[in-house]
Amino acid sequence: MIEASALTKLYGDSRVVDRVSLTLDQPGVTAIIGPNGAGKSTLLSMIARLLPIDKGRAFIDGLDVTRTKGSELARRIAVLKQENGLLARLTVRDLIGFGRFPHSRGRLTAADRAKVDEAISFLDLTPLSDRFLDELSGGQRQRAFVAMVLAQDTPAILLDEPLNNLDIRHAVAMMRLVRKAADDLGKIIVVVLHDINFASCYADRIIAMQEGRIVVDGPAAAVVTEETVEAVFGLPVMVREIEGQRTCLFRR
Amino acid sequence: MSDRHILSLGCLGLVLLFVASLFIGAGDLSFRTIANGEMDGEALRLLLVSRLPRTVAAMLAGASLAVAGLLMQMLSSNRFVEPSTIGTTEAAGLGMVVVTLLAPGALIFVKALVAAGFAIAGTAVFLILIRRLRLKSGLLVPLVGLVLAGIIQAAAHFVAYRADLLQSLGAWSSGDFSMVLQGRYELLWIGAMLGSVALIAADRFTLAGLGRDVSVNLGLAYERVVALGLVIVSAIAAVTVATIGSIPFVGLVVPNLVTMTMGDNGRRIVPFVALWGAILVLGCDVLGRLLRYPYEIPVSVIMGVAGSALFLMLLARRRTAHG
Repeated sequence: MIEASALTKLYGDSRVVDRVSLTLDQPGVTAIIGPNGAGKSTLLSMIARLLPIDKGRAFIDGLDVTRTKGSELARRIAVLKQENGLLARLTVRDLIGFGRFPHSRGRLTAADRAKVDEAISFLDLTPLSDRFLDELSGGQRQRAFVAMVLAQDTPAILLDEPLNNLDIRHAVAMMRLVRKAADDLGKIIVVVLHDINFASCYADRIIAMQEGRIVVDGPAAAVVTEETVEAVFGLPVMVREIEGQRTCLFRR
Repeated sequence: MSDRHILSLGCLGLVLLFVASLFIGAGDLSFRTIANGEMDGEALRLLLVSRLPRTVAAMLAGASLAVAGLLMQMLSSNRFVEPSTIGTTEAAGLGMVVVTLLAPGALIFVKALVAAGFAIAGTAVFLILIRRLRLKSGLLVPLVGLVLAGIIQAAAHFVAYRADLLQSLGAWSSGDFSMVLQGRYELLWIGAMLGSVALIAADRFTLAGLGRDVSVNLGLAYERVVALGLVIVSAIAAVTVATIGSIPFVGLVVPNLVTMTMGDNGRRIVPFVALWGAILVLGCDVLGRLLRYPYEIPVSVIMGVAGSALFLMLLARRRTAHG
């Protein structure tokens, strides 16, 4: 379970994240949307203890993220940022094995190996498992990192713009996987997305942010409306139901 | 070929170099003398007091410098850095100048300790700089390192010039094994021992190489691992500078060569990095003794030529291989 109360991040005088409170306790996919600079990634990073919290508090399963040991938190929440693996000439299998680090501290047991194999097949990485990451395409590498956080086997997973640099085919494949992980494995998944339509089609709940605050928070169907999207992004749009998919189109 | 095969072949190569190194030099000591049982006291003394220490020193320095280079690359998540291109080695040199100025009679151990302190400070400045500047581009990181190294070196030169220590500074900044004698190289063992910590903590350093976000996510005490690596790298640089002087390129070429073929998984590659480092430095030292026999060319000069050529080759290969 993820709880944030009045989380605030200041850069100089500006509040990048401004007293955000939220609770995530149900398995499912929650999408965070909003214009550039709304504070989506910063919020995620504070919850995942990647950035210091200036004001407010965040709890994972009731544990305060600023006071709990990193290794303890790493068994409860996993986070994947946009840029990963600067020095990552690791094989796909080695990388996913590192996902077990919070459990094994580096010595993989048979149970750890089983989890790694599970994550590999869940993301269809079996044929690539012995390839080096830097020899893969962007989409394949992204999948390998998602497999790493899946192998981490935490109840909650935060993904910061996982569709960045992916073409439409890989983006859809990624969102299907996210959906599957929530449905089949019962995970609480939070995804920062740029594209409202991916949020509309794959998320159960959508949180819209603007200037550091949550402006709308509700079931996907209730959030993706012309009024709300216009208010959040400051752009007139059309929202239509196309073959059962709620779709948002910009106006020329 | 499996890892084990390569490792045993490498070890065999190192043993051959080791034997060759014992019998090459201006002093009169040939393999035949020993084989014929004509070894007199003088020859034995030469072997034990000079040749053996020199050979061991070259192996220790090579192995630990290569591992230090690998660690530095993991800590800064950048392949193009090593202690002698980011200010660590220069700061150690500055430390030697300062301690020699203030306490000329201090033990070499004490001097190396002060040099290590300076090296830690210099390396920390580098790491803080690249984090503050949020450098993303692969080539800006080593450039910042070179600038910092240049500044520290200028400071060292200034102090050395004022204190009439330029000659000593020259000795510290250009590695040479010809002055190695028994009793004057043993500090290098400390460097090698610290280097072996890299093997024990290999997983942690590999994770650190993946960047802070990934490390913290997996529950690694990232700052602590970086601090540990910083101390190891600085201490290795300091003992090398204090005993034989700095040797360029080992820390750059060897880790790049190994990671290109074997990847970045520390647990797998640290032994190889140490082994190739020892072979490269001992090989260059032996070559330096042969090229102008009976005169010698310092190992830092040979390494400068061989290392830069190797590095250019690597750079070209890395480009074509991975865009």
